Amino acid sequence: MAGKRAQEAEVFVGSVDDTPVVFEANRLKQLQTNRGMLVALRIVRDGKLGFATATSLDDIGSLVDRAVDISHFGAPARFELPSGQEYPRVSVYDREAETFDVDAMVELGQSLIARVREHTPDLLCDASVGRGAALVHVMNSRGGEASFTRSYFGLALEGTLIRGTDILFVGDSESSCHPIRDVDWLVKSTVNQLELSRRQAALTTGHMPVIFTPHGVVSALIAPLAAAFNGRVVLQGVSPLMNRTGEQVFSPELSLRDDATVAYRPRSRPCDDEGMPSRVIPLVEHGVVSGFIYDLQTAALAGTRSTGSGDRAGASLPSPSVSNLVVQTGKTGFEDMVRGLDEGLVVEQLMGATQTNVLGGDFSGNVLLGYKVEKGEMVGRVKDTVVSGNVYQALSAAIAVGREARWVGAVHTPAILCPDLAVGVKG
Amino acid sequence: MQRDLIESALKGHEADYVEVRLEESRSTSVRYRGKELEEISQPVSSGGNVRALVRGGWGFVSFNEPGHLREKVGLAVAHARHVGRGATSFAATEPAVDVLNETAAKDCSAIALAEKKRLAEEYNEIVLSTPRVETSVVAYRDRRRRVVFASSEGSYIEQSNSDLALRVAAMARDGGDVQQSGLSTGSRGDFGQVEGLHQQVRETALRAVELLSAPRVSSGEHWVVLDPILAGVFVHEAFGHLSEADFTYENERMRQIMVVGRRFGGDHLNIVDGAAVPGLRGSYRYDDEGVPAARTYLVKEGVLVGRLHSRETAAKMAEPVTGNARAVDYHHPPIVRMTNTFIEAGQASFDGMVGEIKEGVYVKNWYGGTTSMEMFTFSAAEAYAIRNGRVAELLRPVVLSGNIFTTLENVDAIGDDLQMNQGGGCGKSGQAPLPVSNGSPHIRIRRCLIGGA
Repeated sequence: MAGKRAQEAEVFVGSVDDTPVVFEANRLKQLQTNRGMLVALRIVRDGKLGFATATSLDDIGSLVDRAVDISHFGAPARFELPSGQEYPRVSVYDREAETFDVDAMVELGQSLIARVREHTPDLLCDASVGRGAALVHVMNSRGGEASFTRSYFGLALEGTLIRGTDILFVGDSESSCHPIRDVDWLVKSTVNQLELSRRQAALTTGHMPVIFTPHGVVSALIAPLAAAFNGRVVLQGVSPLMNRTGEQVFSPELSLRDDATVAYRPRSRPCDDEGMPSRVIPLVEHGVVSGFIYDLQTAALAGTRSTGSGDRAGASLPSPSVSNLVVQTGKTGFEDMVRGLDEGLVVEQLMGATQTNVLGGDFSGNVLLGYKVEKGEMVGRVKDTVVSGNVYQALSAAIAVGREARWVGAVHTPAILCPDLAVGVKG
Repeated sequence: MQRDLIESALKGHEADYVEVRLEESRSTSVRYRGKELEEISQPVSSGGNVRALVRGGWGFVSFNEPGHLREKVGLAVAHARHVGRGATSFAATEPAVDVLNETAAKDCSAIALAEKKRLAEEYNEIVLSTPRVETSVVAYRDRRRRVVFASSEGSYIEQSNSDLALRVAAMARDGGDVQQSGLSTGSRGDFGQVEGLHQQVRETALRAVELLSAPRVSSGEHWVVLDPILAGVFVHEAFGHLSEADFTYENERMRQIMVVGRRFGGDHLNIVDGAAVPGLRGSYRYDDEGVPAARTYLVKEGVLVGRLHSRETAAKMAEPVTGNARAVDYHHPPIVRMTNTFIEAGQASFDGMVGEIKEGVYVKNWYGGTTSMEMFTFSAAEAYAIRNGRVAELLRPVVLSGNIFTTLENVDAIGDDLQMNQGGGCGKSGQAPLPVSNGSPHIRIRRCLIGGA
């Protein structure tokens, strides 16, 4: 239909069906069913981009009209839509996750809360257990076509412990395309935080070594890196890494890749939202900058090829976005990292760290959960403490990278020790 | 969908309460990134949800297609029955029947796309023509929305209104050093309020360049003066979120901490939230449970006097409803949210506040803010040294950090120059960006923790 009124056309249909079970204040509170759909039409007409979206397939006529209207204003299309492509095999669907029994989800949530409260009866827990599936279908006028269905299962816990006017937040989450039938791992992680927070400890303002746990890495260091490797930011001339491919920018301990092909991860996929095949994209190899991520339009503007990183956020046009960021594991065990410090800080959550000049590589936030290290041991939780730095300085220094890695959302990372960061403390 | 169809779908279910929300919206998005017009689009969206309450348990069903509404109501009720194992407490309110069609003075829904594009282009050209500016982002976004709300108690409310947001960012680079500065504003649909900002855009662009040569402030405690924009973000993070009763109502220890009558600040501190002020981004007549908007004192003369409620939290805490249950859109159930939150004007003058500081920091404008209730951060996009009672050189942006039990007490001066900030939006429990406004006069805080070099 759009083909008659445009030289090129692409239709994207994404739909989700999602069932979360929600617990509040230790009790089952809510059961939801959420179904949603997005239809997006992108056309090239007289060399210009037209675009329109809708939330149903009912009125395709109006969708075409609106895309044609927009094309009068649209930017020049610099790319060609992909014709038929070879896609990698990426396993992202498990029927058992999509159809997991709701009562069994309720039981999982209850047992999660009960087991954490066995350790700390005063803990007040919010939790959620969710499952669902998403369908992506993209086709274009050059014969390109791709579709896949991805299942999803997630468990999350947040516990609050109040003593006097002291508020402690603990918790963790886990997700997969497989069902998660066992809460052991999540219980253990939360109990570990509770144990480490039993006592409080205070640091004094100054510079010191800081160990970021995998959660800490994600809360502070990932956002500046994800921005700098984004082809859109490079094109704009404001990535601190532009024109530095092949240069040793970071410590040789650091290797980083974007990998949408990891089996059964909720951000994995055989192709991106433009129908380009997924592949592993090395970003940093032993500290040397080795690549950037692009979608069709930014790749064409930069004179390179799309890396299969075109992502649609809501009703927006595709734009480059990382999928699963994987930090290569290093040689140092977490215990050894801690043992090696005379005085320092372990950061588990740095609150607000990305609300600053992320483009320039800055991070700065309040230690929502973190522990003081004294003579090689974690001795207690710190409060009213801020940590700040810049990733280009922090990660070019003599860092140590952990041997044990885990998923935190769509990031797979070990702990990272930065030898010298600014720490500010109240009092 | 017709009123009688919705009302008949709501009838005859075995539930303590059921509501239906149907929503249609049309948005405009224009975004320049450097010289490129990165996006221009006018998305349309329609959808709805049903929420049911049975024995204290909630069922929620959201969808795009409103057909077979009675079955959807049935599913939500079944979900609620599945989880409801206690007793329902839900504050009684008078059912409301109303149709409100709000149109701003120069409503964005009546402005041609070409005009919106031209305005964004003008601002973009100002940024790009500023010497040493590397690139820009100019993002204009508006939405006209019609929401129909109906409940099993007989409420039927149609509300139509518009919301608009504009963000301008300038970036400058010197080798590997990248600095940025931004301007964020908005209105309740009034296009006129984002026109004529050329001078502000020019200043924003110049600041990005100046930041390249600005030094960093040192980490630690500083005496700070906040401008009305950042002080608005401060009050939103420091006290607003803590006043949302959904964090307190089922938490006995939190109820003891947040007890009415507890002192949090000096006599000069008054904090208000309310949607019942027309024309601000957080304004409305009825919230998303059909409760009329109010104006609620959270802190009066330094003492906690009230908090923000949904019908459920108000009933559980035996406090009056305040009309603060809001959903960002039909994909989500309403939760307790702020509307327009501000510190009332005091008596201090800006010059007086700065004049008393030998060494300190003047922080302005905002990057963001976040809270864990007890501790919170709010980040300034602009910072200046204060030396010997005068505002001195520009510094790199800083993140400030506070603790609810000390920082409000440490507010030692409140200015006489209240201003509301209409930029940005609020995020909570995955629902963002919710249109809110916040504001304050200039305020001064002793021993405020700053993350720096």
